[in-house]
Amino acid sequence: MEIFLQQIINGLVQGSVYALVALGYTMVYGILGLINFAHGEVVMVGAMLALSALTAMLGWGVPPLLALPLSLILAILGCMALGYSIERVAYRPLRHAPRLAPLITAIGVSIVLQNLAMMIWGRQYHAFPQLIDNQSHLIGGAIINDIQIIIFVMALAIMASLMVVVHRTRLGRAMRAVAENQHAAQLMGVDINRVISVTFMLGSALAAVAGLMVSANYGLAHYYMGFLLGLKAFTAAVLGGIGNLRGAMLGGLLLGLIESLGAGYIGDMTGGFLGSNYQDVFAFFVLIAVLVFRPSGLLGERIAERA
Amino acid sequence: MTATTPLLQLSSIGKQFGGLSALSGVSLHIRRGEIYGLIGPNGAGKTTLFNVITGLYQASSGEFQFNGNSYQAGKPHVLAQAGIARTFQNIRLFANLTALENVMIGRHLRTRAGVFGALLRNRATRNEERAITRRATELLHYVGIDKPGQTLAKHLSYGEQRRLEIARALATEPLLLALDEPAAGMNATETESLKSLLQTIRTGGITVLLIEHDVKLIMGLCDRIAVLDYGKKIAEGVPEQVRKDAAVIAAYLGGGNE
Repeated sequence: MEIFLQQIINGLVQGSVYALVALGYTMVYGILGLINFAHGEVVMVGAMLALSALTAMLGWGVPPLLALPLSLILAILGCMALGYSIERVAYRPLRHAPRLAPLITAIGVSIVLQNLAMMIWGRQYHAFPQLIDNQSHLIGGAIINDIQIIIFVMALAIMASLMVVVHRTRLGRAMRAVAENQHAAQLMGVDINRVISVTFMLGSALAAVAGLMVSANYGLAHYYMGFLLGLKAFTAAVLGGIGNLRGAMLGGLLLGLIESLGAGYIGDMTGGFLGSNYQDVFAFFVLIAVLVFRPSGLLGERIAERA
Repeated sequence: MTATTPLLQLSSIGKQFGGLSALSGVSLHIRRGEIYGLIGPNGAGKTTLFNVITGLYQASSGEFQFNGNSYQAGKPHVLAQAGIARTFQNIRLFANLTALENVMIGRHLRTRAGVFGALLRNRATRNEERAITRRATELLHYVGIDKPGQTLAKHLSYGEQRRLEIARALATEPLLLALDEPAAGMNATETESLKSLLQTIRTGGITVLLIEHDVKLIMGLCDRIAVLDYGKKIAEGVPEQVRKDAAVIAAYLGGGNE
């Protein structure tokens, strides 16, 4: 029972990070019908930026509780600029090109960002400094620490605010209108280029937060961390129904749970075969299963309605 | 600008699609406050002309003046800003948004709140949002939609969807309202109430440009009419004049020596 609860806690924390990243994939897909495969690298850049800023500030003697939010803001701004530039340079010129073209530039951007990051930050793992006295709490035999609590609560708060922005504001209305029909939205005076840029910037801001969360949770960051994380978040978005915001959140949390429960139990059930070291594989079993049995995802609309 | 300058003045507008000439040398002007009809057989170029005026297509030649400014290649949101609103022949609502939200989108153009307003939800933003909601609700009543504003657009009846499109266009506070076959698929009662709605809109000071196949509606409603055939304007004038025009009769009924 303790193990079960422990895996649930781990899964929810990890899943909330997947959810934040998955939202970035799903927002862009909802508006442009494009899978932004460079999104995982934006998470990585966010983590690296935050870590560099944090290390520098701590070196200057800035108190940790001030340095943390400052570096988070810096990472968010940096990633927003990056997201804006990616769309501007790699996707906008190809907006009316066949769908394969922007998919290929997305992969290109992803490779470029990885290699740039490798040149800037090197190939080694960077340790995340111990900032707060990370206390562990015992709940029903399972352990949850302060960082995990902060990650989970912050992720939920951010998702709730995103829902408010999308469903209750002028900007969100414009985003939904562009997603439904670009021509009609333009005729209503919506500048679609602006809406698309803002969408990329919002998604990238979420990615920056997720990047900092991941590196704080694992205590590590490196130039290659965005690849696997990005693929898993993409899986989460597909699981929930890509293009659907609630789906991305649900998919993220579910995927986190599936992974951690899988890691906790499947090894025992199969006598060591597919144990916890296969954790990463479960996500992709899920991806394959969803694509085969329910390609539109859990909350996704039928494909016919999308076209 | 005086009241006598035309609201919209087209000067030899041409539009080619590859080798096909969809419009050639179309010139016409629409006066402020009139209801102007555009008719012609299928494929005459009416919708193409609409798309040029609203910026969805760029004219291949010629230019047009709207409210004193010249446009050759306008962007849709710029022309919307300038005061041209339209509806589509095949309804293009935001089907998965509510009726109210569809109209609220139309207010986008005349309101300000940006990203930061949206995130901070300050007083100005909240007031603006309230004003948008109020105006959008008024417009729904104005066009005669009685269903709750929370109804999804796709769940409205066909006639209501057409009216919703008009409400959405009116929300942009246009000077010119361009309607592409608004009566298509309507029954006689619906057409009659559409007619009185358009008259009310004109009385409210908005100029109306109308593409329509329902000749009875056009003749009974429009102050002046232009007839397009094969991308050229073949006649223009008050309804009685156009009805008797030999070229128009030939275009509609065939015959002549073409």
